[in-house]
Amino acid sequence: MMLTGMIGILLLGGVLCWLLAQWSAVLSKWIALLAVSIDFVIVCYWWLQYKNVSPAGGSWFINYRVNWIPSSGISFHVAMDGLSLVLLLLTFFLGILSVLCSWNEIKEKTGFYFFNLLWTLAGISGVFVAMDLFLFYFFWEVMLVPMYFLIAIWGDTNRRYAAYKFFIFTQAGGLLMLLAILALYFIHGRQSGIYSFDYFSLLNTSIEPSTSKWIMLGFLIAFVIKLPVVPFHSWLPDAHSEAPTAGSLVLAGLLLKTGAYGIIRFVLTLFPQAAAAFAWWAMLFAVIGIVYGAMLAFAQTDLKRLIAYTSVSHMGFVLLGIFAFREMALQGVVMQMLTHGISTGALFVMAGMLKERLHTRDIGQMGGLWASMPVMGGAIMLFTMASLGLPLLGNFIAEFLILLGAFSVNVPFTVIASLGLVLSALYSLRMMQKVFLGQITTTIPLKDLSARELIIMGSLTVAIVYLGLYPQPVINMVKVAVQQLAIRQ
Amino acid sequence: LGTLDIPAILQQSPGHFAGGASNITLIALLLLAGGMGKSAQLPLQTWLPDAMAGPSPVSALIHAATMVTAGVYLIARMHVLFQLSPFAMTITAVIGALTLFIAGCSAMVQTDIKRILAYSTISQIGYMFVALGVGAWSAAIFHFFTHAFFKALLFLAAGAVIESLHHEHNIFKMGGLKNKMPVVFYTFLAGAAALAALPFISAGFYSKDQILWYAWSAGNGNGMLWIMALAGAFITAFYTARLMLVVFWGEMKTPVSEHPGKAIIIPLIILAVLSVAAGFIEWPHNLVHLALFSDLVQKVLPVTILKESLPAEAVFQLIAVAATLLGVYTGYVLYYRNLAIIEQWKRSAGMMAVRNFLFMGWGFDQLYDVVFVKPFLFITRINKTDVFDQLYNGIAQANLKFNRLLSVSQNGSLRWYIVGVLIGILFIITLQLIL
Repeated sequence: MMLTGMIGILLLGGVLCWLLAQWSAVLSKWIALLAVSIDFVIVCYWWLQYKNVSPAGGSWFINYRVNWIPSSGISFHVAMDGLSLVLLLLTFFLGILSVLCSWNEIKEKTGFYFFNLLWTLAGISGVFVAMDLFLFYFFWEVMLVPMYFLIAIWGDTNRRYAAYKFFIFTQAGGLLMLLAILALYFIHGRQSGIYSFDYFSLLNTSIEPSTSKWIMLGFLIAFVIKLPVVPFHSWLPDAHSEAPTAGSLVLAGLLLKTGAYGIIRFVLTLFPQAAAAFAWWAMLFAVIGIVYGAMLAFAQTDLKRLIAYTSVSHMGFVLLGIFAFREMALQGVVMQMLTHGISTGALFVMAGMLKERLHTRDIGQMGGLWASMPVMGGAIMLFTMASLGLPLLGNFIAEFLILLGAFSVNVPFTVIASLGLVLSALYSLRMMQKVFLGQITTTIPLKDLSARELIIMGSLTVAIVYLGLYPQPVINMVKVAVQQLAIRQ
Repeated sequence: LGTLDIPAILQQSPGHFAGGASNITLIALLLLAGGMGKSAQLPLQTWLPDAMAGPSPVSALIHAATMVTAGVYLIARMHVLFQLSPFAMTITAVIGALTLFIAGCSAMVQTDIKRILAYSTISQIGYMFVALGVGAWSAAIFHFFTHAFFKALLFLAAGAVIESLHHEHNIFKMGGLKNKMPVVFYTFLAGAAALAALPFISAGFYSKDQILWYAWSAGNGNGMLWIMALAGAFITAFYTARLMLVVFWGEMKTPVSEHPGKAIIIPLIILAVLSVAAGFIEWPHNLVHLALFSDLVQKVLPVTILKESLPAEAVFQLIAVAATLLGVYTGYVLYYRNLAIIEQWKRSAGMMAVRNFLFMGWGFDQLYDVVFVKPFLFITRINKTDVFDQLYNGIAQANLKFNRLLSVSQNGSLRWYIVGVLIGILFIITLQLIL
């Protein structure tokens, strides 16, 4: 029930923002902040409550189900295990920050903006808890459409193109997934006589290997477009670079994670054999993504595009870890999802702050900014180091666990993937060098971080350092869920 | 082994791996590669001279005394794995020998005082790798120990000199500082003596002499390693003498603008005392039986195994001492007594080519530039726009074209439509007639 409430607060908050903005734009900002904060508190409460609980009958902390359209076997079924809980925590953490960082940036149509932002967050959190495939698809689309508006209305100069591209790519993937869901629905119905979209009943479907391969691919392609994996990544640099700051933050920090979550939750469990058969190819694409994304990142001159391509590289690690089917690698994947959300999110926020001040994203026009903005420089230094995998910061733990887990499965791929770490040092240091060090090129007087920005960067810093020093709480939380996956294989 | 705990690894690996098996060799070689990168050994040495651009205390602590030697520590710590793989041990020794020689040669021709010291650091760590490779674990760590003192001293003293001369790095623009900066001079002298391994009065002698001896006599040692190490000793003595003579003797070329304060002087004196005295805790076996250091480390590291039937240790010591003194003397002749020889060399094209080659650190930077940097930049540049993106844009463009093509037919002209309908009817009738 609480889960429904959590999503409901966001949906309702969004509508309120839109309606009340006519009278007061400031009020709608506060409502948005309040809605996300309430959800954050709820999730924190769950965290404390379930921290030491190891569920006996399964890994589910909350399991809530009511019939929705019983004649078609559709139910409103939401459930939460450790994996969902961790991701929900990330969602609302970054959600608060995304509201905060659009506080001054958005000056037009404020109400509608926050409506879209909250609905995107609602879609994302829905995706993380939906246990009915119809409902899952519903939330999958809910997060897509508002995001499209966020890019298309409040984006940068080339926003139309980016928004179309984003929509077409993800929609194409979504339709494939819909087909796969329907196929699964009918196969299951024919076998058991019960037509149902419910995740738990579909888990027991036995499918012909040849058929299951195609259905699995339907799901997988939808998810890897979202992740994204080379060669389906090309929507990402455009969408990320054109979106407003909060949009980039939500895209990089959360939307990409829904792809990884989908693979873990649905592809691995519904089609264990087909996924295992496909594992070699998936790991190959993952490794290509790691190296290819890193090389493209190195070549970029647009700051946000650069960061966007680093996401491609980092998400390659996620795919590599998932298809290693090892508990350790999957732990690493969850860590990578969290830490990438935080570190890359922080880098996008920084890019947004720089753009607010300099009105450009071209790193050729930046340089020597450390002199005028030492605090921001220090914060960005930290996140750059995090993203290149420096020990003590969270990303190191994640990538190390993934590589360690993948090594026992496929040595050559792991070796190439670890080369990606060298490349990540190259592009990260190049970015740092060009933007904050070197010759001072701008004459605009620059202000260092304001109090609001300090709160944003400070909380991200605390999170990434905490995850780097003491990742054990997260590992414990997702342990049961991950172990079940590894056993299924 | 299923664990990352170092004691557990050391304990379990002898039972787990067969000696000399390919997997343990690979593991040892990869660990070695990590150590080589950190300790600036061939062919990963190029970063260290460039990193000397940092401030002198940083160079002293990090780049000379402690951080770069972490590679030596890594190998000594994982010695069990290396002992299982004779091949990796040999590679370690060979790399050490090559590095000490190549870096020593580069140090001979550098003009930047800190680059000289940087190359000498690479060279001295080369000695440690030789010692590790031949299985003289405690000798390697002992040199590690003395090197930390005298190299930190040299860097700090060099920093004091640079600071006093308006950030002048070029040694040929220094000179005659002996009387102007006596404290720096004497401490630098102590460090330089240790670096050159002047017999008995310097810590460097005790540790380097031990390595030279083991390079021949230890289980994995052989004559080639010894000759390389001996040549290195000569080179070291030579460039140290050159450095001292050019900076502290001769005529003054840059006036001393400020003298270092107490905060600089005191560490220099402490390090100078240690550079002289740190060697006394470990004497060559045949002279005085005092081995405090190796007694301590051999609680952890295995005892060095010697070959049987060896010539007397004293012979080797005498040769080593002779090489060192000869090196100092050569430096003295070329850079103090008879400067004309150098002038003559400068006029000969062949000598200058050799000098430039050595000056550029044997061309490794250029090589890497051509082999790695340029191709990488080239690939990233040509693919900056991302081929996949072009592919998708191509699809979109093709759709647009097709759309334009079709929209031509919707032009509102009734005649066109009638023609279209007629062609359609004709087509269907023809089809029916044929089938």
